[in-house]
Amino acid sequence: MDAYAIIGAASVIGACLCMGIGSIGSSLGEGQAAASALQAMAQQPDEASRIRSTMFVSLAMIETTALYSLLIAFLILYANPFWNYAVNQ
Amino acid sequence: MPQFNFANWLDLPYVEKNIGLESYDAIKLISFDGWAVNVTIFNSWIVMAIIVFVSWLATRHLSYGKQVSKLQTALEALVLWLQNEANETSGSRNNQYLGMALGLFSFILVANLLTFIPWFKPPTASLSTTMALALVVFLAIPYFSIQNAGVKGYLRKFVEPIPLMLPMNVFSECFSIFAMGLRLFGNMLSGVMFGAILSAFIPFVAPLTMQTLGLLTGTIQAYIFALLAVVYTSAVKEEIKPEI
Repeated sequence: MDAYAIIGAASVIGACLCMGIGSIGSSLGEGQAAASALQAMAQQPDEASRIRSTMFVSLAMIETTALYSLLIAFLILYANPFWNYAVNQ
Repeated sequence: MPQFNFANWLDLPYVEKNIGLESYDAIKLISFDGWAVNVTIFNSWIVMAIIVFVSWLATRHLSYGKQVSKLQTALEALVLWLQNEANETSGSRNNQYLGMALGLFSFILVANLLTFIPWFKPPTASLSTTMALALVVFLAIPYFSIQNAGVKGYLRKFVEPIPLMLPMNVFSECFSIFAMGLRLFGNMLSGVMFGAILSAFIPFVAPLTMQTLGLLTGTIQAYIFALLAVVYTSAVKEEIKPEI
């Protein structure tokens, strides 16, 4: 196996693992946040608009961790520094 | 002698081109000797022109009573909604955050909603635009904090629980802004990428669903960016007197 094959295979496997494992925690957390917000909205319908805006902000914050792994996966797949290094060798 | 390559504007995003994270910035539209205008800058000019034109159209004949135009009513509803949100979030009474929030919101909203044009590459799917927007918020934090609490109150935030936390506070200040730029970039880039990858497999109907979802996430991202900017800039308020 030459360097291209090793780097290519490792990049694809790494990107898949990065996206798969990285999205577990964030999706669980988002589900919990949405469930709590729905419960709060059901209990206090008058405060629904404020709860909804807070929920959106916190969902965006939680989502950030999954987005980091998405960006790392994109970086590995499309702008891989090791691949470019091997090509330039 | 400038060269115009406006045919490049019609390149479908990420399809059959060298796919990469900075590929929007690599598409040159106008090239001079030493520098060039890429598609990100050109598309943000389009977005700015649309915002200015719609605002000019709406505020041309300002009126009240029964002759209010539909556009004026719509924009008034938008401004009032965002003013209400910003004031509720920040707790300010003089609409001090409205300008910043409305500017960020309208730019990101128009840029994200224009993705329904298939050739339009949203400027918010480029890291340079989102980082520039985040830099605006980064500079707005000391401005609003010093306006509200003075230099001393602003600097006190960094040594808030104990002075030992100073590097942590500086780091978290920088990183929360960095995360804001990355969040918008990641959301928009993922929408564009999914659309492009789906259209490579099933060209006709299937990308429509992802792009419709992209309109929804784009609107939510614009709202979140504006709201987070208000949250970060209003973190330091008045000088808190120590309780004895």
